[in-house]
Amino acid sequence: MNTTLVAAASESEHSLLIPELPDLIWGTVGFVVVLLTFIFVALPRLNKLLDARSAAIEGRIDEAKHAREEAENILEQYQQQLAEARTEAGRIREAAREDAKRIRADLVEQAQAEAARVVAQARTQIQSERDAAVQSLRAEVGSLALDLASAVVAEHLATDRNATAFVDRFLADLEIEHASDGRVQ
Amino acid sequence: MAADDSGFVAPTIQQFFPGPILFVGTPFEMNRIMVIRMLAVIVLVVWLWLGTRNMKLVPGRFQVSVEGLLGFVRNNIAIETLGEKDGKRFLPVIMTMFFLVFATNITGPIPPLLIPGSSVIGLPLVLALIAWVLFIYAGFRKLGWTYLKNALFLPGVPKVLYILLTPLEILSTFIVRPVTLTLRLLMNMVSGHLLLALVYAASSFFLFTLLPQGNFLGLIGVGTVAFGLVYLVFEIFVAALQAYVFAFLTAIYIQLAMAEEH
Repeated sequence: MNTTLVAAASESEHSLLIPELPDLIWGTVGFVVVLLTFIFVALPRLNKLLDARSAAIEGRIDEAKHAREEAENILEQYQQQLAEARTEAGRIREAAREDAKRIRADLVEQAQAEAARVVAQARTQIQSERDAAVQSLRAEVGSLALDLASAVVAEHLATDRNATAFVDRFLADLEIEHASDGRVQ
Repeated sequence: MAADDSGFVAPTIQQFFPGPILFVGTPFEMNRIMVIRMLAVIVLVVWLWLGTRNMKLVPGRFQVSVEGLLGFVRNNIAIETLGEKDGKRFLPVIMTMFFLVFATNITGPIPPLLIPGSSVIGLPLVLALIAWVLFIYAGFRKLGWTYLKNALFLPGVPKVLYILLTPLEILSTFIVRPVTLTLRLLMNMVSGHLLLALVYAASSFFLFTLLPQGNFLGLIGVGTVAFGLVYLVFEIFVAALQAYVFAFLTAIYIQLAMAEEH
């Protein structure tokens, strides 16, 4: 009974709406402690992180831009080199074609010269062989005719100078006639 | 709560005034609620310390949760209300409002603490007074005496009406705001705690007093336990909601004080 009264009395001392000093003090202490933690620890760290993160993102964007520019440069270089190579190839092909043409012409020329040479040589050879043949034929015909004449006229004419000269003249005439015949042919 | 007889004793506001246990007789006298309040503060400081230590550009799980919460208050409360520049300027206080209120609220549903550190008027009142000083400071800092003129004498109103409007403005801006900030938080926590305590006491009475006596009315206790669990979840939600409301209103009051046009 007594304790209930004391409890009731102490209950009436407290009110939900009237703050007590320790309550205010600990409320303030709590606020100050948390505020200081935010000002000196949590927020600087958070801001540092956010700054670092945005810097990293910007850095990465820059990096990507850089890489793209580089790639574009390289592409341009390659295209330029490719174009140069194409021109070069064209030039080489053209030169090769020229060379081939020139070589073919040379070969044809050489072949023609060779052929002409062969023909001329053949002609010369034929001519000399014919000359030789004519020469030997003439000698043989001469001696044959003499033999024949000797045989025909026997010893009457064998020593006769006129007869020998007549035969020579006859043979010379024959040769001239033959040569003019050959020219006509 | 006297449980020595079969009578049911409902919790009273005496719950919020337990006897002193530390520094008795000094202005720093601590009762159980003060100890719980400072415990919440310590846990909060440690959490902030650990959570922001060694932060990586690519965060781990713990860092994501800490960063997410800090980022929410920073972006969705401070910067969204006050803009980039002023938001950052008042960020430490707004952050403190949110996290301190949440930390002291959440001790309500957490056993074995089971009472919010913010359920006695000291903390809500201190925070509300700081918000009050802060928005008046922000107004004067931005607009000088024009702030007071704008706040008391609404521009564009016939002068005669000032007789009526000015007292109302004084009341609504400089008295109602801190009072509602204080009472909204305090009464949410007080009523939440009282209801939870009532449900626990009732459950205990039904299940452990009536039921052993063979009284089947004791089975109502099953229902009160179920209700208690649901209400516990609700209290967690309220703890976060009140923290949000407190920080958000602080930001809004600062923003209103700094607005060029009233």
